[in-house]
Amino acid sequence: MLKRVHFPASLLPYLLVAPQVIITLIFFIWPASQAVYQSFLIEDAFGFSTEFVWFENFEYLLQDDHYRDSFGRTIFFSAAVAFLSMSFALILAGFADRVIRGSTTYRTLLIWPYAVAPVLAGALFLFMFNPTIGIFPYLLEMVGYDWNHYLNGRQAMFLVIIAAAWKQVAYNFLFYLAAMQSIPRSIIEAAAIDGAGPIRRFATIIFPLISPTTFFLLVINAVYAFFETFGIIHAVTQGGPANSTTTLVYKVYNDGFIGLDLGGSAAQSVILMFMVIVMTVIQFRFIEKRVQY
Amino acid sequence: MVENRPLLSILAHIVLLLGVAIVALPVWITFVGASHEAERMLQTPIPMLPGDQFFVNLRQTLWGSGLEGTNTAPVWMMLMNSMVMALMIAIGKIAISLLSAFAIVYFKFPFRMGFFWMIFITLMLPVEVRILPTFEVIADLGMLNSYWGLTVPLIASATATFMFRQVFLTIPDEMLESARIDGAGPMRFFWDIVIPLSRTNIAALFVILFIYGWNQYLWPLLITTDTDMMTIVVSIKQMLEAAEQSPQWNIIMMTALLAMIPPIFVVIAMQKLFVQGLTETDK
Amino acid sequence: MAGITLDSLTKSYGPTEVLHHIGADIEDGEFVVIVGPSGCGKSTLLRMIAGLESITSGEVFIGDKMVNGLEPADRDIAMVFQNYALYPHMTVRQNMAYGLKIRKMPKAEIDRRVQEAAEILEIAQYLDRKPRQLSGGQRQRVAMGRAIVRDPQVFLFDEPLSNLDAKLRVQMRLEIRKLQKRLGVTSIFVTHDQVEAMTLGDRLMVLNGGYVEQFGTPIELYERPASVFVAGFIGSPAMNFFRATADDLSVTLPNGAVVPTAQSARGGVICGLRPEHLVRDPSGPIEMEVELLEHLGGVTLLHGPLQGTDQQMVISLEGISEIQIGDSLRFSLPPELVHLFDAQTDRRIG
Repeated sequence: MLKRVHFPASLLPYLLVAPQVIITLIFFIWPASQAVYQSFLIEDAFGFSTEFVWFENFEYLLQDDHYRDSFGRTIFFSAAVAFLSMSFALILAGFADRVIRGSTTYRTLLIWPYAVAPVLAGALFLFMFNPTIGIFPYLLEMVGYDWNHYLNGRQAMFLVIIAAAWKQVAYNFLFYLAAMQSIPRSIIEAAAIDGAGPIRRFATIIFPLISPTTFFLLVINAVYAFFETFGIIHAVTQGGPANSTTTLVYKVYNDGFIGLDLGGSAAQSVILMFMVIVMTVIQFRFIEKRVQY
Repeated sequence: MVENRPLLSILAHIVLLLGVAIVALPVWITFVGASHEAERMLQTPIPMLPGDQFFVNLRQTLWGSGLEGTNTAPVWMMLMNSMVMALMIAIGKIAISLLSAFAIVYFKFPFRMGFFWMIFITLMLPVEVRILPTFEVIADLGMLNSYWGLTVPLIASATATFMFRQVFLTIPDEMLESARIDGAGPMRFFWDIVIPLSRTNIAALFVILFIYGWNQYLWPLLITTDTDMMTIVVSIKQMLEAAEQSPQWNIIMMTALLAMIPPIFVVIAMQKLFVQGLTETDK
Repeated sequence: MAGITLDSLTKSYGPTEVLHHIGADIEDGEFVVIVGPSGCGKSTLLRMIAGLESITSGEVFIGDKMVNGLEPADRDIAMVFQNYALYPHMTVRQNMAYGLKIRKMPKAEIDRRVQEAAEILEIAQYLDRKPRQLSGGQRQRVAMGRAIVRDPQVFLFDEPLSNLDAKLRVQMRLEIRKLQKRLGVTSIFVTHDQVEAMTLGDRLMVLNGGYVEQFGTPIELYERPASVFVAGFIGSPAMNFFRATADDLSVTLPNGAVVPTAQSARGGVICGLRPEHLVRDPSGPIEMEVELLEHLGGVTLLHGPLQGTDQQMVISLEGISEIQIGDSLRFSLPPELVHLFDAQTDRRIG
């Protein structure tokens, strides 16, 4: 935590932490407390009057079918993104760990989507799946399947999921490959001498040994799907059709900036904050474990 | 690998190449889209091989007025805005995190832990969950449509502070003692010893933060209403909307490509630092 | 140049006092070694003199100046650390010049001093290398060089040889000694190695549990150890101790053997006999059964119990001996080489 020796106390350390602390106070602590405060208010549409209503906004939210649907949808969306991108990355990492030469080359060829902004990932998939000119609707039509994610909510959800998963493959691949490469070769060799073939080795030795990484990635992917996919949804579906892709974060934005429902949006923010806190705690508890591992 | 099974190795290469192809497909299609005339992109099936209009499109996208029917700024201007924003965020985050981590590790002063926890809390408050009130603060401070408004609220960083704290803790205590005997004061020690000893960590973090900054979307979307301040990542959304009326997919795809290239270039050119930065900040 | 005076120096961490009223007068140009087992407080004491640890009570003088309130940089000292603490990103030259640069010394003077120190230490050809390109011994020299260029009043060494291999350690030990004599700078050297302490120091301060056991020349410590601790710590192999009963000028060992002494005492005492002081004597009072022999070439070590007891002892005989395991031998020694200590206080009698 602290050095055994340090400089004598003076005004200096306060000056050093000042920029960080001032920015934190103005742009983090103050807005967050405002969000908490506003979540107890109801404001009329013109902003003329506000009323302090305690937990009414929260009660309203929890009874609101739209909000509850959005909640379930977000969880489904996150789980699907995490599962899709993690399993794809795991397979690729498993093979990349096998090849003697070229695993770094494959790494280079696979990690760059990390650098693509979510909204751009959305734009790319939107282009490929554009009902009029996209390549995939064209191919699907040939086998008799009608694609139009502007009308079909399931198709819209599928599209944002694969766009979000595509971008995250890079990150998952990187961590899986690193985890596999850190397994001592002697363990794998011992398993080979015990007569375990490649598939069996992967299932019984490698996969259990990298389970801490799997758990870590699960949390990271959940956080990603919750908070960082706003751009994808905003670009591809704008939450539609008929709210079928409205995740919690998209709803906060939509209710606050488009619907101008201050109290409701603030109450949603507070709930999200609570969820971030839970995820952060999980993440940190996990890190303690990983240090021992 | 352990045993010699040529077939398995070939299979591995096939699967990996397939994986690379799947991952690269969206960008290939984008590239193809950016290399044809606008009219060609309206006939199905759209081409799967590049056309000959790439440089024509590039010139038109970069220096032209952008897409017809939209009010976006010229693309070169948006690229510049993105660059300024990404650099300000990356450098700003690194600078204030270095300073606060240095204070927290090398000084013992009242409220030290209080400050530490205050910085820690920022981890729990991503911009997405405090959009509206933060927007109000920026509006009240008159920072809308400015580089400061775009970047300053994003530069407080618990992750970077923690990382530097970790790095500083690995610098042997004797460095400080030796510097004290040599007569170096705190700031001198910071510049002459601490910064040089953390420079690979700084570089690694810079790569990550540059990408983070470049790819910001929600925040610039709210803060920049002025087209002159628009970043390239934000402009894509506007172009997609305009595409309903004026489907110039070649320009849109070219813009998307231009928006992707700088961060992808950074990742590939500084792969080692990038991997180091990614694994360290998430520890 | 200056001497150092420690006046009743005390160090506490919270309620725990780790150094108790340490007092010493170190003369100008003297080489003092602080020696003791790990955890005895020797490094803490050195760091208090350097100004790297706060002083709970008492005073440190360098020359005539009380330095308690001074920063390390203002005490006119130089320190060589156990792990050398070279700045890894600076070349040897920059490492050595850093302190001078901060003092805003003219460039030409810095260059001259660095060059001179490098030549003394025979590292002139490495001046433009980084520390990681040097061997352990070379790094050690750079650390010394960094101290020398400062031309300080005092050198402080914090176990600087413990990271070197055995052969290099002996060599560097001699070089440090020569260098210190040549420069004549007052030096304090901390070590846990008693051989290092004996060979380096003009005087040794033996620390144990935060107390000074004895402060004197190596010969004094060897010939007149002030306590059981010093007697056991100085000398190799270590002194043999027996609980004994004294009766004026003789003591009776546990097996009834009567050994004449020069010290006068009565009642329960601790009797110490150095392995190298015992000589073969068929009529000697001390009988030992040889269980194990160690042939070291120059000397032969005999291990075994004092006859009639189960208490192990060691005897060191010169040369290669024809003694066999299982032999029972008799030894004696001059009365003035028998050391007697108080059984209660462990302090030397007389």
